[in-house]
Amino acid sequence: MRAVNGFIAVALCCLLSGPALAARIHVAVAANFSAAMRDIATKFEQSTGHELLLSFGSSGKIFAQIQHGAPFQVFLSADREKPEALEQAGLGVPGSRFTYAVGALALWSATPGFVDDTPTRLISGAFNKLALANPKLAPYGVAAVEVLEALQLQQVTEPRWVVGENIAQAYQFVATGNADLGFVALSQILHQGRIKEGSSWLVPPELYSPIRQDAVLLQSATDSEGARALLDYLRSDEVRGIIHAHGYTTE
Amino acid sequence: MISEADLAAIWLTLKLATTVTILLLLIGTPIAWWLARTRSWWKGPVGAVVALPLVLPPTVLGFYLLVAMGPNGFVGELTQSLGLGTLPFTFWGLVVGSLFYSLPFVVQPIQNAMEALGQRPLEVAATLRAGPWDRFFTVVLPLSRPGFVTAAVLGFAHTVGEFGVVLMIGGNIPGETGVVSVQIYDHVEALEYAQAHVLAGGMLAFSFLVLLGLYGFQRKHPARGLRW
Repeated sequence: MRAVNGFIAVALCCLLSGPALAARIHVAVAANFSAAMRDIATKFEQSTGHELLLSFGSSGKIFAQIQHGAPFQVFLSADREKPEALEQAGLGVPGSRFTYAVGALALWSATPGFVDDTPTRLISGAFNKLALANPKLAPYGVAAVEVLEALQLQQVTEPRWVVGENIAQAYQFVATGNADLGFVALSQILHQGRIKEGSSWLVPPELYSPIRQDAVLLQSATDSEGARALLDYLRSDEVRGIIHAHGYTTE
Repeated sequence: MISEADLAAIWLTLKLATTVTILLLLIGTPIAWWLARTRSWWKGPVGAVVALPLVLPPTVLGFYLLVAMGPNGFVGELTQSLGLGTLPFTFWGLVVGSLFYSLPFVVQPIQNAMEALGQRPLEVAATLRAGPWDRFFTVVLPLSRPGFVTAAVLGFAHTVGEFGVVLMIGGNIPGETGVVSVQIYDHVEALEYAQAHVLAGGMLAFSFLVLLGLYGFQRKHPARGLRW
């Protein structure tokens, strides 16, 4: 009986003290970073006791939602412009912005051996469709067009473009076999440091401007220790390791 | 205010909705007639399949269409063996997707109208020696006219408003698969709210006027089971 009482006392302590120390942090995350962020969140929750509530979506949509009062405390964007614009609009905490990851672009086919580690297939024109993210909306789409321009292939390939509204959709067009080729994020096709299926060309970074992804602390979280702890954690060596394993580089 | 790309999207949307409405009236009429008359055990399952798009998220429909119409899907293998290539990212791919998506909006009003007729007019026509085809074309079709009007209007409007399916199988190709709803989405995502408002406002006004017209028509031509 005493043991049971003791157990209840300990349990009550935990229940009462838990919420007092741990915060619940609502984080909006660009869709391309979702797999990495899930890994990071698990570790962060284990080591700090804070709870993360993750919302994934396209950066443009999240941006519009924040402008209209969405209850996010941290925003991990797929680009630099949107966190910057939020800061200028007074919705982001000044000085909190930093680049948490730099994306890498890959030309990918779901068919093994269809692409070797060169742009040969792209130059040969021997493919049905080329999937890419919408360059008007997605940083990875902008990068894809830069690569095509650098290879002087933009005009010849344009009639065969199929444009996804984001990089996840470009991936989907290729994964279902509807497009032979597509520019995707390396993070999408990497699993535990290897290409999980098909074949790919890892596009050399010289061919496109760096896809810098910035994080920003939002105004509602100015005094949130938990949110600040998360931003610090994102810059730690441990997290950088996770980010690299997911196919990004860091600055 | 309206760019050339927006105009192309509007034109494409009208072309898609017109094509789909005509095809759906042709396909939907025999299905509706069968559903209205049959006593078969299959009525339940077939009716459920027809109604599925009413409850399924368009992304589910779009995803399965993308897989099925792809080069490794059964529809894709069929179209390839017929020398038609694959359907995703083409206008006709959107037509096929929209046929599924808008099917219940066409079949159900026609079916309701046909069920509301009852046996009596058909029996009378039969006593006047009208054959089955004769009865269908000279009795059933004219008497179900309000149902067909509702079906055509809803099928057209619903196809105009289609978004999820088109997004999944379209590939946003200007003049081929870039319809108005996708164009609005692009404007919003690109933070071009002014252009988005023009198209979105137009869409809102169009949908309201269509439904207003339809309800006005239904008040003048009341038929049982046709309320939407």
